[in-house]
Amino acid sequence: MGYNVDEELKKVQKKEYDVLIIGAGGAGLRAAIAAAEAGVNVGIVTKSLLGKAHTVMAEGGAAAALGNVDSRDNWKVHFRDTMKGGKYHNNWKMVEIFAKQAPDRIRELELYGAVFDRTEEGKIKQRNFGGHKFPRLAHVGDRTGLEMIRTLQDKAIHYPTLHVEMETTITKLFVENGEVKGAFGYNRQTGNLIVYSAKSVIIATGGFGKVFRVTSNSWELTGDGESLAYREGVELTDMEFIQFHPTGMVYPNSVKGTLVTEGVRGEGGILKNINGERFMFRYIPEMFKDDYAETEEEAERWFKGDPNARRPPELLTRDVVAKAIRAEVKAGRGSPHGGAFLDIASRRTPEEIKRVLPSMYHQFLKLAKLDITKEPMEVGPTAHYAMGGIRVDGETQETNIKGIFAAGEVSAGLHGANRLGGNSLTDLIVFGKIAGDYAAKRAKDASLKSISDEEIKEAIDFTLKPFDDSNNEDPYQLHAELKELMEEYVGIVRTEEGLKTAIEKLKDMLKRADKLKAVGDTRKYNSSWHQALDIKNMITVALIIATAALQRKESRGAHTREDFPETDESLTNVLYVISKGDDGFPKVSEATYPPMPEELKQAMKEAEEA
Amino acid sequence: MSVEEKKIDVYSGAVLDRKKKIRIQRGSPETGIEMVEYDVEYDHTEVVLDIVHRVQAEFAPDLAVRWNCKAGKCGSCSAEINGMPKLMCMTKMIDYDDVDVLEIRPMRTFPVIKDLVTDVSWNFEVNKRIKPFKPPEGLKELTMQQKHVDRVQEYRKCIECFLCQNTCHVLRTHQKTNEFAGPRFMIRLASLEMHPMDTEENRLKEIKDDFGVMMCNITRCCTEVCPEEINITDNGIIPLKERVIGEFYDPLAKAISWVKKLL
Ligand SMILES: Cc1cc2nc3c(=O)[nH]c(=O)nc-3n(C[C@H](O)[C@H](O)[C@H](O)COP(=O)(O)OP(=O)(O)OC[C@H]3O[C@@H](n4cnc5c(N)ncnc54)[C@H](O)[C@@H]3O)c2cc1C
Ligand code: SF4
Ligand code: SF4
Ligand code: FES
Repeated sequence: MGYNVDEELKKVQKKEYDVLIIGAGGAGLRAAIAAAEAGVNVGIVTKSLLGKAHTVMAEGGAAAALGNVDSRDNWKVHFRDTMKGGKYHNNWKMVEIFAKQAPDRIRELELYGAVFDRTEEGKIKQRNFGGHKFPRLAHVGDRTGLEMIRTLQDKAIHYPTLHVEMETTITKLFVENGEVKGAFGYNRQTGNLIVYSAKSVIIATGGFGKVFRVTSNSWELTGDGESLAYREGVELTDMEFIQFHPTGMVYPNSVKGTLVTEGVRGEGGILKNINGERFMFRYIPEMFKDDYAETEEEAERWFKGDPNARRPPELLTRDVVAKAIRAEVKAGRGSPHGGAFLDIASRRTPEEIKRVLPSMYHQFLKLAKLDITKEPMEVGPTAHYAMGGIRVDGETQETNIKGIFAAGEVSAGLHGANRLGGNSLTDLIVFGKIAGDYAAKRAKDASLKSISDEEIKEAIDFTLKPFDDSNNEDPYQLHAELKELMEEYVGIVRTEEGLKTAIEKLKDMLKRADKLKAVGDTRKYNSSWHQALDIKNMITVALIIATAALQRKESRGAHTREDFPETDESLTNVLYVISKGDDGFPKVSEATYPPMPEELKQAMKEAEEA
Repeated sequence: MSVEEKKIDVYSGAVLDRKKKIRIQRGSPETGIEMVEYDVEYDHTEVVLDIVHRVQAEFAPDLAVRWNCKAGKCGSCSAEINGMPKLMCMTKMIDYDDVDVLEIRPMRTFPVIKDLVTDVSWNFEVNKRIKPFKPPEGLKELTMQQKHVDRVQEYRKCIECFLCQNTCHVLRTHQKTNEFAGPRFMIRLASLEMHPMDTEENRLKEIKDDFGVMMCNITRCCTEVCPEEINITDNGIIPLKERVIGEFYDPLAKAISWVKKLL
């Protein structure tokens, strides 16, 4: 179709906001509410319609030490569990803020209109989940994400200074002298190009599961936030830590990867191999030995409510369970479609299952023609969550570029080497609010900076590049190749040789990505254009992941190296920070967090004894 | 096709063991609208959305379609499949084994933007007119019994697919978008009106005057298409109508409700 940059420059739309928020998932919406409360002018853009962001898919719940179901719970135990689950690689400052503020943020949601499931006393009910010592996840059946996003959305739309721009994609950030000036994007419905001037920008774009073939993520999770930031000099970290959720659907093929909530195990579901063996007892790691039942008999007592029995090993952290299933399949003990059996049918009555896990019941009946109240499900690992992402200051969520903030899945630090289920939804509202507060605060002191025609022309050219008539790469083909490559070399288990191969191939793909081709005679809702831009981001992120994974010569949490199977204690507090090198490719440097203060160490000890 | 000759789709890993004619509505009001036919191979376990994606990958990369989750959770992929309003990601191809041609059109009640994508912005405007939840002042935490929120939770299952809005004849045939908020927003209003802790006054009056609850004549077509199986009409709209009648049309019922409140 071709394009003319000078002509486009004349047509480009210009908008101004105090705070521009990229992304309307839980993190973006909570940030928008905080910034609007502070009285500044807020714009929030999202690639899809309002209320459709990936957050809507979250099932199991949101973790907070409310202590409604087990009064022994408190922030210290939540702090300890999160650090331990993250293999002590977390930013402890963030974990502290998180564990302390989580209960208030959850209760506040009910004041906004959310309605969680109730306890007998009429309080918010909480369920068990992997790695959490006590029942801690506030939930609504198995549709907690929907409740969260709808609540925040219905709250946000009533602020007069908050403007929602739906189906709008940001393709570039404007940064000058280490400070943000705005962003550039296009509207999907019209194909129009837009320049945003802003004093603060919050990146809340979620994760990047779409770089893998088998994933639980929605189409939007293409790593846009990480790529946009990386291109303008923002630092990323922990990119090697990608959570593979142990229980994705493995059959039928067309839904391979779709999530089966951990809530199934939280409600008593157990894992078995083809021989009917409850194999998880064989995979309890040393560091968790004290917290998990050694025998089926003890696990059964826990299930029946004995407070002195320890939790069943099905509720170990996700990294452990995913690797155990993989090992069973490799040893030839997998289920017919290459997974493990997840059985809830023999554990609870059909009525109970339909009440506490209604969407799982529905999902299997509709898509797999399987009645989970009668038969076990077949499950296996699926790429699920990015622990890594944009490096932020633990207290303000600001990045190394002034005025750029990040919150939610796109940011790094809270979850360390492995995230506990339920901690993400709470992450969104705790750090979404903090990012919104600080972005608004900065906006009150800063002024709008001008964005030159030259800068805008560069952004136009970058965004319309796929319409260059000389381009010839098919976006669908390149995406297929990327996903294969990532599954093969950068998946659950990695080696130096594989990662090096991946890096070489990805560098080549990145070059090919410049030639990605959009077809059709209009920019209006043109999927090939969207796909071309998304894939460039995905390849950029994939290259960063592989680079970080090569650097980490140990196995820790979600990162497993076949050539370095042990955890190296000297690397617990070592972060690999990725930024854009002079050659345009990722470069790695090292950083550490300051040592944990005595009072937090004390808190951990107390929690250990709780 | 024998097992040895299995054809695998590179993009999704699907085993392509079937073939069908798929007709998809393409174009926009500016360029003209037409049905375009594609011969598509597919895996019998696939859903209609997979087929649309295959059309994008193989024939028409610029085909416009909305989707997010491919798990029936976001309500983005609404369309009319052989005339029936459905979510494309929850509709199995195997259900159409007996038909020769599959026709996919966008929702008819909303203006087409392009191909399968429609302009649903009216729904977002209606929602904005609904007054937000108002908790009692000064409370930091809400205490509510499960049995008092069961109904509210049923309404809150809504994924905003707008299939019910698309189907309701008041909107679809009579286009009374100025007078009637439609079934989706009737249950949103019901979730607020029946929330045990909501203190917003005048909701019932607005439900009657601004959102037009009495326009519904209980045909139940909305309930039939709801993918979340929310009992929109019987559990949502009828109780709302009863409350409105009690409050505004039936002096005896009103007197009783006043006495109840005093007690
Ligand atoms: C199936 C599933 C179940 C889960 N269940 C749970 C659970 O029970 N508990 C839990 O704690 N966590 C759960 N998680 C994880 C959790 O849901 C996510 O980590 C979280 O929702 C991410 O929220 P977010 O606000 O960071 O981003 P998202 O909700 O992913 O939102 C990203 C937003 O950014 C926008 N965006 C992206 N790129 C651009 C761009 N270039 N321009 C403009 N906008 C852009 C998108 O349109 C979207 O609005 C689950 C995840 C999955 C996949
Ligand atoms: S029951 Fe009422 S709201 Fe539902 S389709 Fe019929 S008229 Fe419309
Ligand atoms: S009520 Fe049902 S049909 Fe209507 S928008 Fe909600 S989920 Fe869709
Ligand atoms: S894609 Fe989300 S409901 Fe179909």
